[in-house]
Amino acid sequence: MTQALMPALTPTDPPEPTRPIRFHHRGEVVSVQGLESTASVLAWLREHAHRTGTKEGCNEGDCGACTVLVGELGADGRVAFKPINSCIQFLPTLDGKALITVDDLGGDHPAQQAMVACHGAQCGFCTPGFVMSLAACLERHAAAGSVASRQQLADDLSGNLCRCTGYRPILDAGQQMLRLPAQRLGSAAIAQALQALQADPPLHYAAATPFHAPRTLARLAALRAAKPEACLLAGSTDIGLWVNKQFRALGEIVYLGEVAELKQISAAGGWLQIGAGASLAAAWDALALHWPATREMGLRFASLPIREAGTMGGNIANGSPIGDSAPVLIALGAWVVLRRGEAQRCLPLQDFYLGYLKTALQPGEFVQTLRVPLPETTADAVLRVYKLSKRFDCDISGLAAGLWLRLGGGVVADVRFAFGGLAGTVKRAAGAEAAVRGQPWTEVTVQAAMAALDDDFEPLSDLRASASYRRRAARNLLLRFWLETRADAPLAADKVSVWSRP
Amino acid sequence: MQQAAARQAERERQGARVGISRPHESAHLHVAGAAPYIDDLPELAGTLHAALGLSPVAHGKLLAIDLALLRAQPGVLAVYTAQDFPGRNDCGPILQDDPILADGLLRHVGQPVFAVIASTREQARRAAALAPQALKIEPLPAILSALDAHAQQQYVVPPMHLARGDAAAALAAAPHRQQGSFSLGGQEQFYLEGQISVAIPQEDGGLLLHCSTQHPSEMQHLVAHALRLASHRVQVLCRRMGGGFGGKESQSALFACVAALAALTLQRPVKLRPDRDDDMLITGRRHGFETTWDAGFDDAGRILGVTVDMVANAGHSADLSPPVMTRALCHFDNAYWLPDVAMHGFCARTNTQSNTAFRGFGGPQGALAIELILDNVARRLGLDPLAVRRANFYGPSPGAAGAGDRGHNNITPYEQVVEDNIINPLVDQLAQQCDYSARRAAISAFNDASPVLKRGLALTPVKFGISFNVAHFNQAGALVHVYADGSVLVNHGGTEMGQGLNTKVAQVVAHELGVDFERVRVTATDTQKVANTSATAASTGTDLNGKAAQDAARQIRQRLAAWWAAQHGIDAASVGFANGWVSAGQGSDVARMRFDALVQQAYQARIPLWSDGFYATPGLHWDRVRLKGKPFFYFAYGAACSEVVIDSLTGEHKVLRADLLHDVGASLNPAIDIGQVEGAFIQGMGWLTTEELWWQPADGSKNAGKLMTHAPSTYKIPTANDCPAVFNVALYGAANPADTVHRSKAVGEPPLLLAFSVFLAIRDAVSALAGHRIDPPLRAPATPEAVLDAVDAVRAAAGLAAGLATSSAVGMAAFAAVGLAATPAPAGR
Repeated sequence: MTQALMPALTPTDPPEPTRPIRFHHRGEVVSVQGLESTASVLAWLREHAHRTGTKEGCNEGDCGACTVLVGELGADGRVAFKPINSCIQFLPTLDGKALITVDDLGGDHPAQQAMVACHGAQCGFCTPGFVMSLAACLERHAAAGSVASRQQLADDLSGNLCRCTGYRPILDAGQQMLRLPAQRLGSAAIAQALQALQADPPLHYAAATPFHAPRTLARLAALRAAKPEACLLAGSTDIGLWVNKQFRALGEIVYLGEVAELKQISAAGGWLQIGAGASLAAAWDALALHWPATREMGLRFASLPIREAGTMGGNIANGSPIGDSAPVLIALGAWVVLRRGEAQRCLPLQDFYLGYLKTALQPGEFVQTLRVPLPETTADAVLRVYKLSKRFDCDISGLAAGLWLRLGGGVVADVRFAFGGLAGTVKRAAGAEAAVRGQPWTEVTVQAAMAALDDDFEPLSDLRASASYRRRAARNLLLRFWLETRADAPLAADKVSVWSRP
Repeated sequence: MQQAAARQAERERQGARVGISRPHESAHLHVAGAAPYIDDLPELAGTLHAALGLSPVAHGKLLAIDLALLRAQPGVLAVYTAQDFPGRNDCGPILQDDPILADGLLRHVGQPVFAVIASTREQARRAAALAPQALKIEPLPAILSALDAHAQQQYVVPPMHLARGDAAAALAAAPHRQQGSFSLGGQEQFYLEGQISVAIPQEDGGLLLHCSTQHPSEMQHLVAHALRLASHRVQVLCRRMGGGFGGKESQSALFACVAALAALTLQRPVKLRPDRDDDMLITGRRHGFETTWDAGFDDAGRILGVTVDMVANAGHSADLSPPVMTRALCHFDNAYWLPDVAMHGFCARTNTQSNTAFRGFGGPQGALAIELILDNVARRLGLDPLAVRRANFYGPSPGAAGAGDRGHNNITPYEQVVEDNIINPLVDQLAQQCDYSARRAAISAFNDASPVLKRGLALTPVKFGISFNVAHFNQAGALVHVYADGSVLVNHGGTEMGQGLNTKVAQVVAHELGVDFERVRVTATDTQKVANTSATAASTGTDLNGKAAQDAARQIRQRLAAWWAAQHGIDAASVGFANGWVSAGQGSDVARMRFDALVQQAYQARIPLWSDGFYATPGLHWDRVRLKGKPFFYFAYGAACSEVVIDSLTGEHKVLRADLLHDVGASLNPAIDIGQVEGAFIQGMGWLTTEELWWQPADGSKNAGKLMTHAPSTYKIPTANDCPAVFNVALYGAANPADTVHRSKAVGEPPLLLAFSVFLAIRDAVSALAGHRIDPPLRAPATPEAVLDAVDAVRAAAGLAAGLATSSAVGMAAFAAVGLAATPAPAGR
């Protein structure tokens, strides 16, 4: 690892030289300076480049009208494109990447042809976003040599809202698109341009909100230690809203997205290690590989563009009581590796949360890795994760549960019941766990746990659910867990969940 | 499908341009991002940006505004308040009770109080966001719910009553009675393109406004009144909207008026585009309704008498609430003959956004009530709900054989005769195609064997009246220009919001002139081209503007035919226009000429090649006091059958299948009409399931009285995964007996009511928990919480009634098998 050779940054070091933001767009490398670092990609497109094909529907990453594709050079030398919400992506995060928008597709891309032929546009305002999401789907499957099913298309469109069509013609268009001759977006020219951009020094961008994008973990750790007040930025799926909706000043930004080491995911030595900078998409995929029961939760976590931009480390670090990663990871007994300068420390994730939006992070410290103990093949452990929200796709949980237990000697040997949405933090249900621990996994036991759950939490009523619903549903999820995992005639997923897929 | 395509190709070969599926006129632009919406138009040099400062309280006296603080913010050029309008500070479409900017009294959280004009949009937004600091307010107690307002008799207009016969006597005499109530939430339009207006000063005190609006003429009039200008000084333009759904019928006015005031005063272009959150906090939406009823019925489930009280949450002002309530009262009957009926409508004044038009305009709220009643009647009698619905349908309309026969059981409570009833055969066809009876049995078997998940099924009809309830709105104008090269330009009073109006109008004109679709362009709606237009609303866009454009095109065609016939000494009536050719005669005598060539010659012969056109819907009359008359030109019909599965532990649900059969008369463009039917169904489904509006209670907190679901992160419209996996949609295909444009029917609103089937299927599934003996107290939207509340209530009631019903006992035995019966009854909410 090269970072070991690099000297640590100290507050007395001279400031790094600044340079413009450079990215590939419409056949050339665009160079931007003089723009605020929190300016969104969308604002740059519409107000500065005067490319107005990309629309603003909500300015918070929830409607998808602003979807664009961001291309990065893969290990294979090809450019891989991901859909992102340009309204909450800060322009400096494009540095070294390629940007493709609806204005660049030329009008006869298979997604565009099919959307016209299938009557997939009515008012047309969401259409550019759908076209880009469909194009991203086509790219991904073309790269993998696979064909998206109608269900996969619907899942890929989870971040695009259409108020006119009811989606049937858009799904039809997706399927028709896949039957047309494929048109790939990543040309050799783009790959070459991105290759050349890699020679640029790390981005330090001068603005009212200075923006630093270190490329190594060591530099990041040093910067973070030197600038404990700076805002750590990863996917900006939350911080983008602070700027767009609350006009919050961020002071100074340290961006994690260029630190390759932070994106690594590995399974070895009994641990699944998820770098804090790994995308939510990659992290959920990794979890689902080892714990298939988490697949649905991963699919329902926000939308595809949010999962591509956002990180699981960010979801954990922001301390939200309604983030969906934490209940799952706590149920799995995950640990979090915190780093400050050269120092690292390890905490059980459940101890990371101190109170509403309060974590154990010290000044200058950041979340480096999530460590999840891999399942022992011999252990009689079961896991289920449940999410309750008003809508299947891209909704914030009213209630989320990660329920895990291990049987041994005819009784529950170990148990972790973690709930989100029931308290100021994601939290384990101590009373319910106690009611189960050491007991046979029977109806009587689960009833006792359900009763005990009432004393574990004092949920609030808010726009997502009332306290009463949260209590009743949490109890019932324990019952569902038992129905699915009881020794005697356990019920299959399709007997207990309306969402189960064949 | 292939057969239909072949039939269409043959029709087209023979010269038809209507009845043809073809893409939306802007589809190729939509997919390329090349269809400009107002915010995409290049900004003129010197353009300023406006943002609105919003009331942070639900109710309060406005004591002072710290203008100095606001003016001192970076980039701010001006701050406007209510006092700055030279004319009337009002944008109410009917009553003058709707201040553009709050004047003295703050009426809801989010009400605009001042407007900041700054160099950039961000500067304006940042300054406007200082409203809580800049406003000095004396808070007053707020009324947030319609029922609280009703209890205090706080209404925006006096209560309305529509009655026939003696409902009280019919109820007293009825063998069975059923009383109930229903709480129905409102719905945000969630047009993807938010509200926007750009005002540009013109010479001599004039103004040009680009406004995303369904009603350019009303924007023109309201801006003129607010600024004390004559209408001829104000031009309003709208090429397209990124969705409207009623939300831009009246409520685009506030934004237009503020932008206009700033532009006129500063003599600079001014753009006002609120952020999505502000848009949802400022503007109103579909009215939530609280409905209570008392119904009397016989052993067959026939309604003998019914009384109903509907309390709508009007919000802080009248806006369009009076006609919304009128339409609700006029649609309580839906497809059913109600002999003795008394309906009472109350538009409750609350400290919330002023509710307004939304696809259906009260019709859905009114009609859903009777569907709930009929479901309860069926449950009480142990009959299939579909059988009860059929027993109550309006009498069939007599065909040709019954000339002179006015039919029976076919007069609505508002005294219009239902002359075009096709609901019986339409429902029969759907029930057969969707295999209703067999699936009903299969679902029953599924439920007996499924302890946690329960399925439900419902088939519901729609009858929807077409026309504005106010007769004089039912008029339209159009202009058709044929240029000397034979290309055609159309302008009409309707607005394009995605519904395909321009596509249909272009098809009508192309058909009339016998030219290809590509030869016809429809241009932006412009108050300088067609004056005094009606809103594109009430589903009437094509009925009115299609007829007006047809009239204009026909006049040109007749002039061309007359001139050409005179040249050849033939009868003008024998001249045909098709496929770009003009022809007359038959066989070897046929004379033919290219349309383009004829136009060129006609131009040189000084034949006028443009025309206006006009249409007024015939035969309408309406007594606004008695709520009687013939408000509708005709009715549109439809039916849907939906199947759902619910989770009795969590209240989650999924729509498994939906079958839709809808009447659009003889479709002008089947692809567009199918798109309207499906889109309306999914939109209605969202209203009744996931789309919950939630206001922070008046709890003294910082957000007290605030709509907390004011963005897509918190307000959940359907996504692609909510589209049913099995979704069969068909058009009924019978021509409209009324003389509409090519015998088509309006399609915008009626199919929204098809989504009743989803809500009633969920209710059916809940009802299955207790063997269909207990009416589920399910409110709408049927969120997981609402469904679980209903599940728990039904379960609790069944516990009390345990052992009374066999089927109920079977249901409970299934629970016992998995331990559910031991679940303690939950506390109420």
